[in-house]
Amino acid sequence: MKFISALINGVNLGSIYAIIALGYTMVYGIAKMLNFAHGDVIMIGGYITFEFVYALQGNIWVAMLVTVLACTVLGIVVEKIAYKPLRKASPLAVLITAIGVSYFLQNIILVIKGSDTKKYESVINVPNLVLADGELIIKGTTIVTIVTCLVIMVGLTLFINKTKTGRSMLAVSEDKGAAQLMGINVNRTISITFAIGSALAAIASFLYFSAYDSLTPMSGSMPGIKAFIAAVFGGIGSIPGALIGGITLGVIEIFAGTYISTNMSEAIVFLVLILMLNIKPTGILGKKFKEKV
Amino acid sequence: MAILEVNNLGISFGGLRAVDNLNLTIEKNQLYGLIGPNGAGKTTAFNLLTGVYKPDNGSVVLDGVNITGKSPIEINKGGIARTFQNIRLFKEMSVLDNVKVGLHNQQKYDMFTGILRLPSYYKKEKAMNAKAMELLEVLGLADEANTLSSNLPYGKQRRLEIARALATNPKLLLLDEPAAGMNPNETQELMDMIRFVRDNFDMTILLIEHDMKLVAGICEELTVLNFGQVLTSGKTSEVLNDPKVITAYLGQ
Repeated sequence: MKFISALINGVNLGSIYAIIALGYTMVYGIAKMLNFAHGDVIMIGGYITFEFVYALQGNIWVAMLVTVLACTVLGIVVEKIAYKPLRKASPLAVLITAIGVSYFLQNIILVIKGSDTKKYESVINVPNLVLADGELIIKGTTIVTIVTCLVIMVGLTLFINKTKTGRSMLAVSEDKGAAQLMGINVNRTISITFAIGSALAAIASFLYFSAYDSLTPMSGSMPGIKAFIAAVFGGIGSIPGALIGGITLGVIEIFAGTYISTNMSEAIVFLVLILMLNIKPTGILGKKFKEKV
Repeated sequence: MAILEVNNLGISFGGLRAVDNLNLTIEKNQLYGLIGPNGAGKTTAFNLLTGVYKPDNGSVVLDGVNITGKSPIEINKGGIARTFQNIRLFKEMSVLDNVKVGLHNQQKYDMFTGILRLPSYYKKEKAMNAKAMELLEVLGLADEANTLSSNLPYGKQRRLEIARALATNPKLLLLDEPAAGMNPNETQELMDMIRFVRDNFDMTILLIEHDMKLVAGICEELTVLNFGQVLTSGKTSEVLNDPKVITAYLGQ
């Protein structure tokens, strides 16, 4: 039972990583940049929901809707202000800017909300599933998380492959110049990519903070970094890669924590990344890696 | 009335005058050739016409509309489509999807219609599929519609680039070295196809080419560039026999 329950927890955590990893992977695939501020969008999503539900006594559904919209706008604005002027700059300059945006967002929240830990109450109210005479309990949040992750994966894959906006994104990801000459608005396509990535970050914030309830201005950075690892692990730029990378990473982390040492679990995650990159630098489903950052 | 009028177009890169005082007048339905030795500025001229580069001076008028300095998207909408010297298909997309990308500027529906699969999504996608298949049929690529474009043989990739460019519904089609890397048979087929496209799509075509057999075979008029400047222009047979042109290609 310990094994099964660890596995379920791993898939739960991995599903959240996968949803966050999608934001990294889509932006990397289309804008060819690493948006290190992605994790902080999750943290801000957490604060917005927190404020709305507990301080403003708002309805949970309204709070979630507001959070998704606010994060989407935040993603678009960050792209317009910080990244768009650097479209032709070196990847290194963009990377540094992204790190700068990440610290900027953290510090803005630190100034506004202070550094104390807020207790985020779960926005998911689904009853636990009790199996095997109470020996195995699957939490409601776990079920919701896994289902949400699958729905997003399927939905996004259909969106990318079967709709006009998705095809434009694929075209831009392959060749911006040619796409533009075929009449595709590259800037708009990149904005949409950021919007989708940030909306997914908002959804990830509901799932992540409902499972791990403490909220501080730094709360977004660790899941952000780990989801980035998941994206690289699965092959950055690939949507199924984000799913495989996310789940693998989540399972490794929980198993390491359960069977080896809780304190070591994160170290083991990073160790696995290093080994993985030594064996297959492009990740599990990754293709050619032209740009190095 | 001329469909394309280029007046005194020029651009410099640092100290290099890549294109200087380019004048071109292309009549509707003409097959026009732009030739010249390597480095003469032909592709740069294409990049100026399609908005990839902004000209330092001069003007481009397409079908009575001044498009000088417009963005590639606006120029594409205005009616210029092109192919590339080094094939630039969307390699990881199917043949059909490549053509559909070209159709995007005509069949519009917003993102939410796509996500929610509203009725107009199905209508527009169906229309795009039909139009794209029609183009593939005409260019002899219908059987490969679902093949990944990078898996097509070279000659067919060039044809797919033409299909994708035609999909954007242009008035003027620019072909950048369409016969590059083709064997004589493929070149012959290509010549027939270019004529066919001109006749069936009511198209005006401006092409860059080094293959003199193709140039002599299908171009009605030529402009020769050398070191960024127009060496001469006029009827194909006259231009090709001009001693200046022969000197530019072969040296003294």
